[in-house]
Amino acid sequence: MHLILFIVFAAFCVGGAVNLLLQTHPINSALSLIVVMTSLAVLYLLLGAEFLAAAQVIVYAGAIMVLFTFVVMLLNAGREERTRGSRAAMLVGFPAVVALLAVLATVVLHSRTLGSALFGDTLSNQPGATNLDALSTVLFTKLLLPFEVTSVLILIAILGSVALARLGDGEKGQSE
Amino acid sequence: MTFLAFFLWSLLKIVVVTVLLLMSVAYTVLLERKLVGRIQNRWGPSRVGPFGLLQPLVDGAKSFLKEDIIPTSVYRPLYLLAPVIALTCALISIAVMPFGSPAITGPGGFRFFEISDVNIGLLVILGITSIGVYGVALAGWSSNNKYSLLGALRASAQLISYELALGLSLVGVVLSAGTLNLRQIVEDQGAKGLLTWNLFGGLQFVAFFIYLMAAYAETNRSPFDLPEAESELVAGYHTEYSSMKFAMFFMAEYANMINVGCVATLIFLGGWTSPFGNLFPTPHNIVLQSILPVFWFVLKVFSFLFLYVWVRGTLPRFRYDQLMNFGWRYLMPLAILNIVATSLWVAYK
Repeated sequence: MHLILFIVFAAFCVGGAVNLLLQTHPINSALSLIVVMTSLAVLYLLLGAEFLAAAQVIVYAGAIMVLFTFVVMLLNAGREERTRGSRAAMLVGFPAVVALLAVLATVVLHSRTLGSALFGDTLSNQPGATNLDALSTVLFTKLLLPFEVTSVLILIAILGSVALARLGDGEKGQSE
Repeated sequence: MTFLAFFLWSLLKIVVVTVLLLMSVAYTVLLERKLVGRIQNRWGPSRVGPFGLLQPLVDGAKSFLKEDIIPTSVYRPLYLLAPVIALTCALISIAVMPFGSPAITGPGGFRFFEISDVNIGLLVILGITSIGVYGVALAGWSSNNKYSLLGALRASAQLISYELALGLSLVGVVLSAGTLNLRQIVEDQGAKGLLTWNLFGGLQFVAFFIYLMAAYAETNRSPFDLPEAESELVAGYHTEYSSMKFAMFFMAEYANMINVGCVATLIFLGGWTSPFGNLFPTPHNIVLQSILPVFWFVLKVFSFLFLYVWVRGTLPRFRYDQLMNFGWRYLMPLAILNIVATSLWVAYK
């Protein structure tokens, strides 16, 4: 059952990703990206990470991609022109991708410890606890500093975007 | 329990629940028309069947039989896909909601009154809601009509803005219950009936009102129905839709109303538990034992829908800047304050 679901959604995922590159219309590409992200969420779910799956759908497919489609809709972006692509990219790109994938595959296949690294270890070592319990425990004890630093980083990003948006309009009171 | 039995039981549950949900969608429409009629001092539908009770059937038949017009300049794939997304997302949420007592079980501990018991039920519902935005956004964009596009932009901006307040208002309850599982959240507040509901005993009334307002905005209902403000935008994002495709948007809207009502019931109003707690002895009859929780649940959802319609009949529409101001400057900070207060209270306890 797991295997069938995995194959189906992995196929969806790869198909969506390929479609994303092949489509010429931005909105189709954006929608393919949503397909990729939702199928990734299902793959997370199959791995037993239900919280991550839900977060993936809510944050990526639900919030970030809505903004993408929003921008595409607002600008009413038309079809993109298809170019042949540069020769150098073709010559170097494909071997590079193959090499990269090969390296990644070897590393993943060889190191059996990758799946039971520190983080995963903590998650699976608490019998009876749900995914959410374990995750929040790790997040607020061992990984507290990175967690807080990340939130500060996001806050800075928000402030930066507000500052950038403010810079443009000269007249006051027209900010809405 | 074997896989086959599990599969067949689940299929049966899904079919029954979906049919019931669609029926209640149809009758919510009637409820609204009747009530708004009363509020505006007229009768509402009264010709078809006794008290107009067969009106939903006739409405459905009408939608089926109408000519399906597809304008020539629409972007066809997305134009056809949008109503499907909207309706699907509206109908899926019910799958994780428990609507009856989990104590009544069939062979092999099989629960009758919920389709599935997910331990992140609340997040699933929020996730489905956030996907539902695409139905509206794509409908407006693919119609290739300025009113549709404006309606869709308004709708998606409104949905994104109020989704935050909606999600944050639920965090307080999650904090005090310590779980995202809807069944456990209900069981957490069912001990003494009305007094231990999250709305009263759980001290989450601020959260409830934030949820209420955000929910009205999420379902594009009056006084937040700017996406389909007929005096400005014809009909908003579904201007170019006709026949069954329009009916699908219509059904999605009402199904969303019911979903929101169900979530409010589960989170704030004690779900299927009796408002009297254990004041009255539980009936010994097994049929009564299983029907009574469902009755309470339906009654609570009904009161919520009643309030919905009442508000629609009473309040005028917001202006768009007021809507955004209200969402970001009042509801959001209030929801965050509520979370802080609840965390302090939980820590103190």
